[in-house]
Amino acid sequence: MLTVEGISTYYGNIQALKEVELKVNEGEIVTLIGSNGAGKTTTLLTISGLLKPAQGKVTFLGRTITGVPPHNIVKMGISHVPEGRRIFPLMTLMENLEMGAFGRTDKRAIKEDLDMVFQTFPQLKGREKQMAGTLSGGEQQMLAMGRALMSRPKLLLLDEPSMGLAPMIVKEIFQIIEKINRQGTTILLVEQNAQMALKTAGKGYVLETGKIVLQDNASALLENDDVRKSYLGE
Amino acid sequence: MISTYYLQIIILAGINIIMATSLNLIVGYTGQLSIGHAAFMSLGAYASAIATLHLGFPFIAALLFGAVVAGLFGVLVGIPTLRLKGDYLAIATLGFGEIVRIIFLNLQITGGAVGLRGIPKQTTLLWVIAAAIFTLFVLRRILNSRVGRALIAIREDETAAESMGINTMYFKTLSFGVGAFFAGFGGGLFAHYFRYIHPNVFGFMRSIEHLCMVVLGGLGNMWGAMLGAVALTAIPELLRAGAEYRLLAYGAILVLMMRARPQGLLGESEQTGGSIRRKIRIFSRGADTLKKT
Repeated sequence: MLTVEGISTYYGNIQALKEVELKVNEGEIVTLIGSNGAGKTTTLLTISGLLKPAQGKVTFLGRTITGVPPHNIVKMGISHVPEGRRIFPLMTLMENLEMGAFGRTDKRAIKEDLDMVFQTFPQLKGREKQMAGTLSGGEQQMLAMGRALMSRPKLLLLDEPSMGLAPMIVKEIFQIIEKINRQGTTILLVEQNAQMALKTAGKGYVLETGKIVLQDNASALLENDDVRKSYLGE
Repeated sequence: MISTYYLQIIILAGINIIMATSLNLIVGYTGQLSIGHAAFMSLGAYASAIATLHLGFPFIAALLFGAVVAGLFGVLVGIPTLRLKGDYLAIATLGFGEIVRIIFLNLQITGGAVGLRGIPKQTTLLWVIAAAIFTLFVLRRILNSRVGRALIAIREDETAAESMGINTMYFKTLSFGVGAFFAGFGGGLFAHYFRYIHPNVFGFMRSIEHLCMVVLGGLGNMWGAMLGAVALTAIPELLRAGAEYRLLAYGAILVLMMRARPQGLLGESEQTGGSIRRKIRIFSRGADTLKKT
């Protein structure tokens, strides 16, 4: 479904990604783990078109999407939940969700998707008119995910959904991720919480200073000595 | 009837309402800090004045002509400069304002440093009221639509807006163009009221004055911008008795105001939001502060 071939992305003169290669098949949950500054977020930003790679290419459903502006990539079916949630604080919860469906005009299908989002995130129900900035961290994360689902993505990019959340809520968020995946959305998940991510995902990549250093089935990575030492704190 | 003195203040307040609300669209709603609004006003003023003087346009056509010229320049300037953010955009718009002023100071057709004289006096109180209502009506329609939400999304978080599938450049340019259009509209009214325009009338200080109106009233709140426009037109007049000290008092009022209510007269902060504002539509909602720009 998604193929990333040898992308190198720079911030000015600093090379953040060094020929990153990865592949996501339809229906999978793939996770990308690594420490701070390894390039996880950069990888997602490059896929969704918010950053342009200096080399390499990204293909999605057989089409090259490198160089395509981000708003068109969203239309092709990739939705990005950015790091730190980045909801629109001075908009109501409902307006935030409507923003997710911005490029769409099919009112009836949008209504259906709204119902679907409220079903997936029952906590958001009944608070449609609340200012999003007044929601709790966990609720904001759910809103950010719901907002991304409103574009009816085929592939959902999740950037650190567990960031800054209480363990209980992290658990809940991961259950929801599995639920979204079961409903037919492919997921590329970036996480620092390697334990949770590898338990949820089918396949995993380990990123270190801009390079993919390991790739395997998630369950195998959980058993891998290097991974256990570096990312699971054992 | 009203004395000419008061009439002039009321008309100026009306024009300033148009200027402040149109600037509010750019700064308060879209979050793009522009300090060259007076340049678009001058483009509208000169274009409409030339249209009536040399091309024999009827008043309303001249006004629209001025507005369209300003709007086109808004789009032309917006396309390259709106890629800049915050302070950089502010400096670019400031530079544009100076370029326009100096060009008008040197062109033949605009009367150069002598200014443009003999513009027929066609702006009446009724015209100004109608024009202000028209401006507010259009801005309201824009803001309470899908476009308004896109603009606010850009203000709140440009990257997030982009990843939501919003073509941010398009909407920023649209907002800039519409803002410039109405600034030009206001400029046309101004030219046809005072009958004489000079490039220095539309200098940097005029742009700052417009910005003060918006910030004082409350960024991202149209009622606030209107209140700011009226207040900052009236206060210098009320202080006229203080002669040269009046600008000192004016400045002090602005400083105290920002200390007491940084979110502006009608702006509301994020913290006080929530339930109270449930029913308020985008048109009269406030942005937190300038922090985003």
